Amino acid sequence: MPGSMVAMTQPVQQSFNPYTENGGTILAIAGSDFSVIAGDTRQSEGYSIQTRYAPKVFRLTDKAVLAVNGFAADGNMFVKKVKQRLEWYRHAHAKDMPIRAIARLIQTMLYARRFFPYYVYNILGGIEEDGTGAVYSFDPVGSYERETCRAAGAAQSLVQPFLDNQIYFKNQTPAAGTQFPQHLPLTSVLPLVIDSFTSATERHIEVGDGLEIYVVVASGSTSLQGLQNLRGVQEVTGTTDGERVFVIRRELKKD
Amino acid sequence: MNSSSIYRPAGFDFSNEIRNNFLHEKGLPLPGATSTGTTIVGCLFKDGIVLGADTRATEGPIVADKNCEKIHYITESIRCCGAGTAADTEFTTALISSNMEMHALQTGRKPRVVTAMTMLKQMLHRYQGHIGAALVLGGVDITGPQLFTIHPHGSTDKLPYVTMGSGSLAAMAMFESSWKPNMEREEALTLVKAAIAAGIFNDLGSGSNVDACIITATGTEMLRNVEMPNQRVQKERDYKFRRGTTAWRKEDIRQLIVQEHTKPVGGDEMDTS
Repeated sequence: MPGSMVAMTQPVQQSFNPYTENGGTILAIAGSDFSVIAGDTRQSEGYSIQTRYAPKVFRLTDKAVLAVNGFAADGNMFVKKVKQRLEWYRHAHAKDMPIRAIARLIQTMLYARRFFPYYVYNILGGIEEDGTGAVYSFDPVGSYERETCRAAGAAQSLVQPFLDNQIYFKNQTPAAGTQFPQHLPLTSVLPLVIDSFTSATERHIEVGDGLEIYVVVASGSTSLQGLQNLRGVQEVTGTTDGERVFVIRRELKKD
Repeated sequence: MNSSSIYRPAGFDFSNEIRNNFLHEKGLPLPGATSTGTTIVGCLFKDGIVLGADTRATEGPIVADKNCEKIHYITESIRCCGAGTAADTEFTTALISSNMEMHALQTGRKPRVVTAMTMLKQMLHRYQGHIGAALVLGGVDITGPQLFTIHPHGSTDKLPYVTMGSGSLAAMAMFESSWKPNMEREEALTLVKAAIAAGIFNDLGSGSNVDACIITATGTEMLRNVEMPNQRVQKERDYKFRRGTTAWRKEDIRQLIVQEHTKPVGGDEMDTS
């Protein structure tokens, strides 16, 4: 009897996991009139290195840079879609989208995939319309917040406490009659970023190979002086007036 | 008769097993052990054995030790590289080393590599793979140079070149492309260093420095950190904190030197003459 045959076969659960974790770490720090967004360039899966150079930080406009970390395939696709939306915006409005609008756009784009999310942590850095440095950080489904500094990815648990201590001066008492600054100058921020990554490389197996630091500077900022004669700096600004974008590339340990 | 006894049997203590299994069923995760990622190799050459190891120890994705020693002493002319659970490799090699010394004293002969290999495989097999030790055993004895691998369940191989650990494929690639019979000492050492370096750079579980050990009939040479290709880079800043940075709730300064004043009461002091 065909009916009894069907009843005898046990149901078999098939499963396919579309996600993977590709390691690496990103961070961003906002200054008073600049923003620094950095990420390592190693892409890994398990104990294997897929590539030693896979950028995780992308220039969106001259005032916004996006760092993506988590599942690399989703990250690349997400950046591609954000860039596309920003191009449509340029065609419609003949200007670049302001960073706070990009932040809200990213929120809606992430939440649109609430039940099949982009497995990615986003950090958006750049210059606000009022000329101040901004950092927005997101979770994979679109919850976001504007902050002064944020680390995400494999070595988040190593880097964020260091940043809390050195940027927000957490667990430090100021000398009598003095106050800690609200914002640090670019010349103090860059060493902190580089040291964060060299230290994360020492103690986390998924961090290493290369470092890319994007610096977005507001027009007329005094932070420009500190950048000009820096080792490995390259300007990647798209337009001639307004904000300027620079990349600093450094080597990290490869073991 | 009372159930508790002053006699404690030798070997592992399983007295917490029932409690731990109960706790595990209730959802308490068992503590994980350190390190599985490693590159260890062994290579036969004209007049002996070269052993090699990286020096990274990991706890999941975190580097626990940047310069640990993975080439363990068994006897003067037998050494053993360990991959897997750090505690298991350390304790099993130490135990077998001790038993080999006793065996040498008992027999009055220099012990053989097969003896160590047999002791190790029998012990690992007895524990059915629960002792997570993957070993590369090498040495020179009366029968000549010997090289073995021992898996956690107790199986063994006898081969002219061997690799183990998470970097074993990267290291084996070097051996498969460059190993040849009857190599000279320097040639074999260079190959072992290249095999370990392949593991260090291409396997995330392996890293830092290269350790090597050359064993011949004339003696054993332990080459600790023969290659150091991953030196720490200079930090951009130094992180010295101003005196008074740490907040405190209360201050209490106590005199450590005890001041004692003695006042004689009554008449004359005691006659101490």
